[in-house]
Amino acid sequence: MISDFIKRNLSTSAIWLFIIFELLFFSIAGHYLSFSDGEFMDLGNMLLLLQQSAPIGIIAVGMTLIMVNGNIDLSVGAVFAIAGIVMLDSMTWGMFSGLGDWVIIVSWILALAAGALLGAINGLIVWKTGVDAFIVTLGSMLGYRGLVFMFNGENPTSHLNWTLVDFAEAQFLGFNTATWFLAGSVLVIWLVTRYTVHGRNAYAIGNNRTAAVNAGIRVGPHMVINFVIIGFLAALSAVVFYSGSGSVNPNDGQLYELWVITAVVLGGTKLAGGSGSVIGTLGGVIAIQLLRKGLGYIGADTSTVNLVIGLILIVVLFLDRQLNVKGAQELKV
Amino acid sequence: MTQPTSPALRLEGIVKTFPGVKALDNVSLDVMPGEVHALMGENGAGKSTLMKVLGGIYQPDEGLIYVGDTAVVMSNPLDSKGKGIVFIHQELSLAEELSVAENVYLGELPVKSFGRVDWETLYKKTDTILAKLKVSFNARTRVGDLSIANQQMVEIARALTVDAKAVIFDEPTASLTDAEKLVLFEVIADLKDQGVGIVYISHRMEEIFKMTDRVSVLRDGQYQGSLLTADTNEEEITQMMIGRKLDLTRAPLNHELGDIALEVRDLSCGSSYRNVNFQVRCGEVLGFYGLVGAGRTEIAETLFGLRQPNTGTILLDGEEMHIRSPSAAIRAGISLVPEDRKTQGLVLGMNCRDNMTLPQVDDMTAGPFVSDGAEVAVFDLYRDRLDIRTPGWRQTVGNLSGGNQQKIVIGKWLSMHPKVLIVDEPTRGIDVGSKSAIHKLIRELAASGYAIIVISSEMPEVLHVSDRIVAMFSGEIIRTFTAEDVTEDNLIQAISGIKSK
Repeated sequence: MISDFIKRNLSTSAIWLFIIFELLFFSIAGHYLSFSDGEFMDLGNMLLLLQQSAPIGIIAVGMTLIMVNGNIDLSVGAVFAIAGIVMLDSMTWGMFSGLGDWVIIVSWILALAAGALLGAINGLIVWKTGVDAFIVTLGSMLGYRGLVFMFNGENPTSHLNWTLVDFAEAQFLGFNTATWFLAGSVLVIWLVTRYTVHGRNAYAIGNNRTAAVNAGIRVGPHMVINFVIIGFLAALSAVVFYSGSGSVNPNDGQLYELWVITAVVLGGTKLAGGSGSVIGTLGGVIAIQLLRKGLGYIGADTSTVNLVIGLILIVVLFLDRQLNVKGAQELKV
Repeated sequence: MTQPTSPALRLEGIVKTFPGVKALDNVSLDVMPGEVHALMGENGAGKSTLMKVLGGIYQPDEGLIYVGDTAVVMSNPLDSKGKGIVFIHQELSLAEELSVAENVYLGELPVKSFGRVDWETLYKKTDTILAKLKVSFNARTRVGDLSIANQQMVEIARALTVDAKAVIFDEPTASLTDAEKLVLFEVIADLKDQGVGIVYISHRMEEIFKMTDRVSVLRDGQYQGSLLTADTNEEEITQMMIGRKLDLTRAPLNHELGDIALEVRDLSCGSSYRNVNFQVRCGEVLGFYGLVGAGRTEIAETLFGLRQPNTGTILLDGEEMHIRSPSAAIRAGISLVPEDRKTQGLVLGMNCRDNMTLPQVDDMTAGPFVSDGAEVAVFDLYRDRLDIRTPGWRQTVGNLSGGNQQKIVIGKWLSMHPKVLIVDEPTRGIDVGSKSAIHKLIRELAASGYAIIVISSEMPEVLHVSDRIVAMFSGEIIRTFTAEDVTEDNLIQAISGIKSK
């Protein structure tokens, strides 16, 4: 019974073991190699790490749902940039000039609605055409990015609202605003996957789509909802991030889709769909961020960091495959 | 009796233990050259494990394998093939986009200088093999364009590229039509004449008696003995397999029939079926019998909203219905237990309870969340009612036996209280013991008032469970038999397209 439990949770718990390993490794290695005075496992450092994990993390939460479904969304980086532009630019629109700081709420709603809409477009195309989500969102990734450049050419879109900056940099119970948004997204989607009909259906569809259809589940609308959710979360990520930075560069969010997918896969979600968890994804996000920070801490440069993360991704998937193949064979007996 | 030759293949005292299970316990088996040796046993009896030992996928803990007179070690599947042991698997493993020849010689393509493929030799060698099998396609045909039966011939052709000492057929007829089976049997007979030893694994008794010389039975990983096929009968073998007697006589059909639950009038759908008319009453089992491709499954799919008819009407409780999707069918009270439970009926990676409540989980919520208690209650109810053997609801469905999986699918629909239950191939791939349990269940459900449609390709099954039998041939209903006027002969005639007056 207990070994069964461990086996079932191995793919999720493995990432947390890996995080502990990272923490120990960087603390010890940092002792000998680091040029900075501070300890690696310093509280402030860890809090900063969580804050910096938020932009990728919030999107990765949505991606988990999409990938459990057996789909993928490559357009999240472009949606992130569009939502950022919508939020910052709408604050300067003449029609909202009388609102004072209330414009923040309106801009947020507009940005989030834009993200949800772009997600809905992805979802509807996947549903109505039956084209693979990979292809559809590859197209929309290029298309949405095109929209970003059409809006302001190569120039950044900037607007600073100090109330907004204060909000973004605020802390509550020691955690930064961005961290709270990450935690909230994880909690909500975790509840959805674990305890709601929608979540149950997501796993069923990813596991066996035909059987799900035969059980009367309306697969198309279900997928559209998931694309709306990830579009919304990509926009939420942008809203949180740009509230602080106040400037969207047209190249912002590029390669986010790949970092997000890396985090989700590291967290134990299968590309083929049908299994995975948001908690694992959170672990994946933190693991990557730790690696980036830790390698920086012991003096590695950015290119080394990417190389190491790439290698670790492959090694992790290899180990996962080994474990699962063995498990599958034992089950067949 | 003198034995002039040694066995083509001999297994001696094979033991294979997995953590917690003794999958094979001192199993011995020998196959003479030119002998067709049936290997039988319920699912989980150890047949597949034994074959995996033979194929080099598992290494035995104890015991020896002999090919001819020499003891051998099978280190992997390729090694096993190299030693003359060839497998024809139930599931085909072919590259559909490649030609027949490329598939036959996959991994061993003849090459000429600079590593180029020697296409001429390849096609010539393949055509020589195909000629032996008397097939209608040639070496250049794309495999994806072939029927399942012909694809199986490609698998067999692949086996013939080596000097096979023994060929193992694992449920070879599972997806074949009767005509295709005959061709397969001829090929097996040819192999036999060439002195190849054949191991024939099947659940189908008629085939065993038609094809094989000897029968060996496994039960719970133990060897139960071998019998000459000519000296035994169905009952004896079944008893060896399950350790008790099996009842396959006609079920008594003495319950009262209710109102007409479902009526179909002049239903047509493209080339699948035409002008189909039938009725099912509450409390009745209507059997659909015919060859694969006769249009039976397509009718079921239409009733379940997976297909749209061109013309015709469907009446449920006398009311005309337009069923556009499975969810609409389920709401209207029509449920389908599909042909292939693993790919169409179950979410194999999910647990028993979640599978059973999948279609109705929408109605089991407390606030935004699914109510655990309501789900477990439904699962417990149908586990007891259908006698589903599982350690608990958390068990992953993929780990259950075929019979228990099928009961989960049936339980899933019963818990929705349908009016009409359509069961497509109720016992495909299910072992003999569980088969009769499923048959009994279908009869009991009818007795309790459900209108049931059973589609089956097995005549004993359709005869056993049905009150009336619809015989289909090539998309048309040839005749509807009642329990009194049906015989095996006139049923076979009807599904072969011979209309009687």
